[in-house]
Amino acid sequence: MTKQILSTGLLAAAVATTFSFAAPALAWEPTKNVEFIVPAGTGGGADQMARVIQSIIAKNNLMKQSMVVINKGGGAGAEGFLDVKGSKGDPHKIVITLSNLFTTPMATGVPFSWKDLTPVRMMALDQFVLWVNKENPAKTPKEFLEQMKKAGPGKTKMGGTGSKQEDQIITVAIEKQAGVKFTYIPYKGGGEVATQLVGKHVDSTVNNPIEAVAQWRAGNLRPLCVFDDTRMPYKAKVTADMSWADIPTCKESGLTTDYLMLRGIFMPGGVTADQVKYYVDLMEKVRQTPEWKKFMEDGAFNQTALTGKEYADWVASAEKLHYGLMKEAGFLAPGK
Amino acid sequence: MQEIQSLIGGFAIAMSWFNLALMFAGVTLGVLIGVLPGLGGANGVAILLPLTFTMAQQPGGATSAIILLSCIYWGALFGGAITSILFNIPGEPWSVATTFDGYPLSQQGRAGAALTAAFTSSFIGALVAVLLITFISPIIARFALKFGPPEFFAVYLLTFCAFVGMAKGAAFKTIAAMMAGFALAAVGIDTVTGQLRLTFGFMELLKGFDFLIAVIGLFGIGEILLTIEEGLEFRGAKARLNMKVVLETWKELPRYWRTSVRSSAVGCLMGIVPGGATPASFMAYGLAKRVSKDGEQFGNGKVEGVVAPETAAHAAGTSALLPMLTLGVPGSPTAAVLLGGLLIWGLQPGPLLFTEQKDFVWGLIASMYLGNIVGLIVVLTCVPLFASILRVPFSIIAPVILVICAIGAYTVHSSMFDVWLMLVFGVLGYVFKKLNYPMAPLVLALVLGDRAEDSFRQSVLGSQGDLLVFFSNPLVGTITGAALLLLFWPLLSGGWSALRKRAAT
Repeated sequence: MTKQILSTGLLAAAVATTFSFAAPALAWEPTKNVEFIVPAGTGGGADQMARVIQSIIAKNNLMKQSMVVINKGGGAGAEGFLDVKGSKGDPHKIVITLSNLFTTPMATGVPFSWKDLTPVRMMALDQFVLWVNKENPAKTPKEFLEQMKKAGPGKTKMGGTGSKQEDQIITVAIEKQAGVKFTYIPYKGGGEVATQLVGKHVDSTVNNPIEAVAQWRAGNLRPLCVFDDTRMPYKAKVTADMSWADIPTCKESGLTTDYLMLRGIFMPGGVTADQVKYYVDLMEKVRQTPEWKKFMEDGAFNQTALTGKEYADWVASAEKLHYGLMKEAGFLAPGK
Repeated sequence: MQEIQSLIGGFAIAMSWFNLALMFAGVTLGVLIGVLPGLGGANGVAILLPLTFTMAQQPGGATSAIILLSCIYWGALFGGAITSILFNIPGEPWSVATTFDGYPLSQQGRAGAALTAAFTSSFIGALVAVLLITFISPIIARFALKFGPPEFFAVYLLTFCAFVGMAKGAAFKTIAAMMAGFALAAVGIDTVTGQLRLTFGFMELLKGFDFLIAVIGLFGIGEILLTIEEGLEFRGAKARLNMKVVLETWKELPRYWRTSVRSSAVGCLMGIVPGGATPASFMAYGLAKRVSKDGEQFGNGKVEGVVAPETAAHAAGTSALLPMLTLGVPGSPTAAVLLGGLLIWGLQPGPLLFTEQKDFVWGLIASMYLGNIVGLIVVLTCVPLFASILRVPFSIIAPVILVICAIGAYTVHSSMFDVWLMLVFGVLGYVFKKLNYPMAPLVLALVLGDRAEDSFRQSVLGSQGDLLVFFSNPLVGTITGAALLLLFWPLLSGGWSALRKRAAT
């Protein structure tokens, strides 16, 4: 009798196991630590976002395994992307991107492309704002451009992060459109660029909101316009009299340049649909937390968030856009 | 004296039992991180950052979180000196200059004295920097804004010039070593053009040569190779192992007050600018060698040669937090990670932090005083323990060091290639020693070459090619002038004494 009960029990257990073995077909889960690669240095925009995601996951217990953020910023991010490209089929690795996903291979010829990776989801788009020092008399982009024309070509210094990357692409786009000429000075990080503008070592920047907001609130900088086709939606006052939504778009002021930077998540190539789905769902949970919403508002992000085919299509068209911009600016590596 | 009132408020926050316990934990962890080469303060803080996420949720939690992380940083600053002195392996980039005199001292059996001098000077450097932060931070923040590319280049030039004359032996060997360092620094991506340089199609080279890997190889592995050749034992095993050595060294230290003052000033300047702790330590060592009356003896084991770089490194490391808090610009890689932490905890660094987050800022400043006192107590009581490591037979400790070096080199970029690179640098270090080439100029050029080049090209871009930009305002003109003066000092002083001799005859 006891034996029989035991065997029934075993059977039941066996059935249960079969069922629970059937279940993982729907739900793959990480079995060890997940590496979160940041193809940039510590302290920058991508690094911040990665660490916020890591903190939200840890705090809300969204994942059983831990997430480890690893910075691989060498070679303008090529180090990180090559690492992910080389980890084909590894589901315990994800990478956050910035525009260097497109610009680095185009400018340096290092062999990688987003097609080597599996798109997971777009987290947000980062805005770019044209900033000048508070003491600059120009109040609108138009006044600023007139001031530039009066000073003569090459007399106005534009500070930006890196060379042949997003900041310089926008600079060239403004030049083409307005028929002006900047002297572009590349620095290593966005915070440094904002400080250089406060110290008047450059005349303008196209910093992301989060890089310049502290100096704006302290009354050291003035935003002229945002490079997007609609205004930012955040209406809470940031300074005494202005909110992010009060910054006009560049289009409104006659400068039809717009540019947004991808903040998205990718996995290595050759992973299964379940594995991708796990991270898509995980990131969706992250996006629903109040911490994430606050982070989005603090950094005045554009909260477009795509997944699946829409995301892949967006990335493909962004690549085309960058190719066009880089070609026009003469930034392509020989043979590209 | 509003600052004193705020500071007392800060002490009230920092003095809670919970925060004091965090300080001890942080400093101890930091010392361990500092001892392991490769696992620098920045990595250590980044690894432990997630621990603070939940901590920062409680009221006043952000203050506790930054106390923990900044104490790790102080600990790492203290700990970097330990392996430099005992094994000639700098645990952190800023303790390279500490090896110059610290290691010879330890070989003479005076490891305890060298460690005590290093820890005490670190403390003094930090104290000066914290006093500065407490009382004149607004003025300093404005001063830091004056630094554009020409000013940065002038500061780097000053570091090189302060250092050039310190090499013993053939001048051409110094120049050759320095040029090799510049060449290594040029490998990888070029900030100004965005192009890859000198990678010869090797993808492993695109991140360039990391300073830490070169240092671990050149100093650590090179030293082990030499020791193997010279008879498989550490000299200096006779180090005395009691606390008396601390008191005896303390009796000696006041003699070097001039060096301490000078090095603190150099350190604070470099931390605020932000040039960083590494150039500060090199510059302070170079200056001390120039100015001190025992300058000739530097490199043979002078306590003063340990005091100078350690004071400056710690002063710079501490004052590097100031631009982070007031401008949102990190003065060091560790400060960059802490900056990320501030944002995650929901605090916005920048000019308004001092007014909007009074409790946080003053709690942090108070913890800088307390954390450094805690740090000094922790490391000083361990001096005999550290020195006793030298009694372990070479055949046991050498493999351990080798493994630690390999782990350290791997940790920097999580890359196996770096471990091989470290071994190559090790052989290079051995060859350098055998042929009497100085390694310091190579290391200095490798760590600063890149930044000096960037700021030079940024300056010249801005000035449309006009080199007079390096004399374009009183600030940059003074620094450039001082650099040139230091560079040509041997010629000038030689010429001066020749003139006087002629006048006398």
